[in-house]
Amino acid sequence: MSKRIEVSDLNVYYGSFLAVEDVSLTIEPRSVTAFIGPSGCGKSTFLRTLNRMHEVIPGARVEGEVRIDGDNLYGPGVDPVLVRRQVGMVFQRPNPFPTMSIKENVLAGVKLNNRSISKSDADALVEKSLRGANLWNEVKDRLDKPGSGLSGGQQQRLCIARATAVSPDILLMDEPCSALDPISTLAIEDLIEDLKKEYTIVIVTHNMQQASRVSDKTAFFNIAGTGKPGKLIEYDQTATIFTQPSVQATEDYVSGRFG
Amino acid sequence: MTQTMTPAPSSTGGMQSALTASKLPRWVPAATLVGSVAVVWMLFALMGTANLAGVLVVSAIVFSVVLYALSLAIEGRRKAADRIATILVGVAFLLALIPLISVFYTALTLGAGRFDAEFFSSSMRNVVGAGGGAIHAITGTVLITLATAVISIPIGMLTAIYLVEYGTGKLKAAITFLVDVMTGIPSIVAGLFAYALLSLFLGPGVRMGIGGAIALSVLMIPVVVRSTEEMLKLVPNELREASYALGVPKYLTILKVVLPTSIAGIVTGAIIAIARVIGETAPLLIIAGFTTSMNYDLFSDRMMTLPVFAYTQYAQQGADAQAYIDRAWTAALALILIVMALNLVGRLIAKLFSPKLAR
Repeated sequence: MSKRIEVSDLNVYYGSFLAVEDVSLTIEPRSVTAFIGPSGCGKSTFLRTLNRMHEVIPGARVEGEVRIDGDNLYGPGVDPVLVRRQVGMVFQRPNPFPTMSIKENVLAGVKLNNRSISKSDADALVEKSLRGANLWNEVKDRLDKPGSGLSGGQQQRLCIARATAVSPDILLMDEPCSALDPISTLAIEDLIEDLKKEYTIVIVTHNMQQASRVSDKTAFFNIAGTGKPGKLIEYDQTATIFTQPSVQATEDYVSGRFG
Repeated sequence: MTQTMTPAPSSTGGMQSALTASKLPRWVPAATLVGSVAVVWMLFALMGTANLAGVLVVSAIVFSVVLYALSLAIEGRRKAADRIATILVGVAFLLALIPLISVFYTALTLGAGRFDAEFFSSSMRNVVGAGGGAIHAITGTVLITLATAVISIPIGMLTAIYLVEYGTGKLKAAITFLVDVMTGIPSIVAGLFAYALLSLFLGPGVRMGIGGAIALSVLMIPVVVRSTEEMLKLVPNELREASYALGVPKYLTILKVVLPTSIAGIVTGAIIAIARVIGETAPLLIIAGFTTSMNYDLFSDRMMTLPVFAYTQYAQQGADAQAYIDRAWTAALALILIVMALNLVGRLIAKLFSPKLAR
């Protein structure tokens, strides 16, 4: 399953501070969309509004609409827990649960929600998710070892396996490779290419080569100055953004003339 | 035949480079220490006033001065200052250790005499001279401490969970402030509080074990709140976010991610808190009272406890005073051993069950 995301006139506030102003865009199912832009321009903040994770920070609130296949995330009576079951997330730093084994980490979404699952189903789900994350062959002999014993790149793929094991419709990735070496980064990028067949993927990255390698469409965010809100400057096909962007700021940013 | 120049292995020791500095040989500090103790001791002996404390203090001063001078002459100012600082830290450590060792040694030597089977198997009922034991006090201490733990640990843990996971704004600040105030309550006031509370319902002159547990809870709850709070704060926010991102509700995240990650520290903190209150005397003197007989019922009549036992044995010596004093020391020794054992168990739990958070 894969769903379309439509964002219209979205403002994100931290308390009274307007962090992201007036974003409207549509993300197609089964595509990879990259968010690029300088630090502090609100890419991550905006990404976190797509599964209501920004609410974890006290004082954060949102005006506007985010529709996932037509359902407004911010409608009255919407349970953020149910939103997050449909919209998975992978974080900047790999964060496997330290008290759990590799297998338990993959099953965390099921087990933590007190859902019962038969042992054969659990084993099948673990294998499917780890295969999906290109990690199965590396860990199949040590599924009961702690997840924190893996290398950084392996931990990040474990986190991706954990996120996909609850079969979300959309996968958000907040700089998933920024803590990883080039080889692990390549493994994750290959994985994103595979995951695209089943999920809508949104990825925040500081690495413009990465954005041009993995994404179909790219959104460029920018900020006028410190204390000003971040804005969506340009959103287009990745090839267009990187070769003939229509806004000067985008061209300056992708060509390295800025910042 | 190779043309590469390989430095001779011995050159690292003898050769001078721009980065090597003159350094005192390793044996010099130890030799200076032995030398200064020997010289000072001989001087004291010659003057005919040799006493241990005097020799130690004077030789410590002589040792510091000599080593500083040597170091200053050979190694320079920075190293000399380092030597002095090392000596000061070492002396401070030894000074801090003296009371601990002294108390333990005194309790051990004076308490060992009655550390026998009778002490741990009989009460003081109808005992006026030698003999008798503290089984009723040990039972009382165990019962009251258990009741204290049953009251304090859930309240303390839940308070800490509220403060760390849910609390915001003024309520959180108020609770934190009140917990701080509670930490500073004198133990006698806790005893008076428990007495006042129970006498509201049961009339004046009430004495019972559960009152002791209530008084000790007043002292233990803030300690549990503080330690649990610190442990919960150590759980990285990333783990909570990872759990939320999987669609796990907040209460399940706390129960299944936050608590398991920090449980070793929380248990250790609770055990240390128990060790902290198990030796309280004043509140128990007021509300649990003292008795010479066994009492298994927390909810009626006076109940003896180990610290109060030690106090009464010392304060109300009978005809055979030495027997009472011996029992008091043995009770003190038993109490020290219990506290030590609790601390060790706490450390063991922390070591065995803490998750490997290291990256």
